[in-house]
Amino acid sequence: MHELPQQLANGLALGALYGLIAIGYTMVYGIVQLINFAHGEIFMIGGFGALTTYIMLPSGTTLLVAIPLMIIGGAIASVAVATAAERFAYRPLRGAPRLAPLITAIGLSIVLQQLVWGFYPDAKKPRSFPEFQGESFKLLDNLYLQRADAFVLVLAPLCMLALGLFVAKSRSGRAMQATAQDPDTAKLMGINTDRIIVMAFAIGAAFAAVASVAYGLDKGQINFEMGFILGLKAFTAAVLGGIGNIYGAMVGGVVLGLAEALSIAYIEEIPGMEQLGGGAWANVWAFVLLIVVLLVRPQGLLGERVTDRA
Amino acid sequence: MTALLEVEDLRVAYGKIEAVKGISFSVEAGQVVTLIGTNGAGKTTTLRTLSGLLKPSGGRITFDGKPLGSVPAHKIVALGLAHSPEGRHIFPRLTITENLQLGAFLRTDKAGIEKDVQRAYDLFPILGERRKQAAGTLSGGEQQMLAMGRALMSQPKLLMLDEPSMGLSPIMMQKIMETIVELKAAGTTILLVEQNAQAALSLADQGHVMEVGKIVLSGPGSDLLHDESVRKAYLGED
Repeated sequence: MHELPQQLANGLALGALYGLIAIGYTMVYGIVQLINFAHGEIFMIGGFGALTTYIMLPSGTTLLVAIPLMIIGGAIASVAVATAAERFAYRPLRGAPRLAPLITAIGLSIVLQQLVWGFYPDAKKPRSFPEFQGESFKLLDNLYLQRADAFVLVLAPLCMLALGLFVAKSRSGRAMQATAQDPDTAKLMGINTDRIIVMAFAIGAAFAAVASVAYGLDKGQINFEMGFILGLKAFTAAVLGGIGNIYGAMVGGVVLGLAEALSIAYIEEIPGMEQLGGGAWANVWAFVLLIVVLLVRPQGLLGERVTDRA
Repeated sequence: MTALLEVEDLRVAYGKIEAVKGISFSVEAGQVVTLIGTNGAGKTTTLRTLSGLLKPSGGRITFDGKPLGSVPAHKIVALGLAHSPEGRHIFPRLTITENLQLGAFLRTDKAGIEKDVQRAYDLFPILGERRKQAAGTLSGGEQQMLAMGRALMSQPKLLMLDEPSMGLSPIMMQKIMETIVELKAAGTTILLVEQNAQAALSLADQGHVMEVGKIVLSGPGSDLLHDESVRKAYLGED
């Protein structure tokens, strides 16, 4: 148990990353009941936008200056692609049977991957991403926090807090809640629901861009496929937390991240399960957790049952 | 004087099925006009078209001198047309106060909004007592009050009420109808859709009877109330 604090820290950082991406799934689902399976690729494009920004900066720019600019550059790329997808791929299918936009999302996901693979310079193999230099932070004798982990652990709660305040307090946030709960009636109030839907896509994409910078800084590289498994995990986190609920996305992410970290460290210590531990099995345990939670709470950890439509 | 709302030969279709087959009527400022008729007569379709949620397939709608047919739904309320929809459709997970504030979404006069929220509480004291409660926890009648209060928050020139008495207990229904009388006395112009023909006709200046997409009979409310065919068809008399 000596390494428990370290495992918890690793799990939290991973979970915060999942949570940031999960916001995009949950916001879009909450408003248009669409699982945007291309959101993983929106995350990936955020990473390439950030990398492009970094390359354009004069050499010798410190990371402290570069990172905010990379987040902005990444967000411009991801928001542009996400809102274009909404406008040209999803909006024409509003009112179509649910399967149509779902299949479109999967198709879009493949198209976006292939576009980056085919047209981004040298993207056929992983491209290196700037990394934090310097030591990890030593918090305890048995707890070191890598700089990239510290980065995401600070930024994710700040983003969540800002989003929570925006949704609860601002005029647009109120309009967003109304649109999620009853889109036709929201229109009767004078709310331009098309604009609100674009806004949901844009916020999700911006959060994904933050996540992609955190991911790149941690791994030191990005690649055109990275959105697939991370997108799937983040989607899992969103469902786990209760899809449609923004706090659920973060809670689901953290639960999933912790479960993965702890399963990597401890499953193999359980007698008889030596073969089932370690990093190779982390994804399996993550999805086992999802299945178990959904058996007990089909609406997710913070999800609410839809019984209140009078 | 021209009418506040003028509907001419309005047609609305769901795909190939025409639900409203060329109806004409008007609402003058200060009047209460009611559309009555059975389920499926096209009353709700008419209101949803007036507020832009459905697009007409033919005919003309003129409100306050402006044509409405192609105005998107979210721009209609700004013109002064408020719609309290069938089934109430309050925002269940927002509080009562938040629901009322959303009714004033396009208004910018904070003090005025605050005053009108208070006025809604005066009109429906039960809403004031529960202002911080999620609207989904209200009873059907209370939700109806909230839907009406919310529609009034836009300070409409014309208030459209769709089946305000639907599914309510007799006491609640009476309370809602009394409120409509109060609003009428205060000069509110109302277009009322009802299945409860007796109640609607007894307070309406003008009534129209709809049957399968057409207006089959029109006249002052009190005349229709005493019309033999109306009494037979809608008031359950033989």
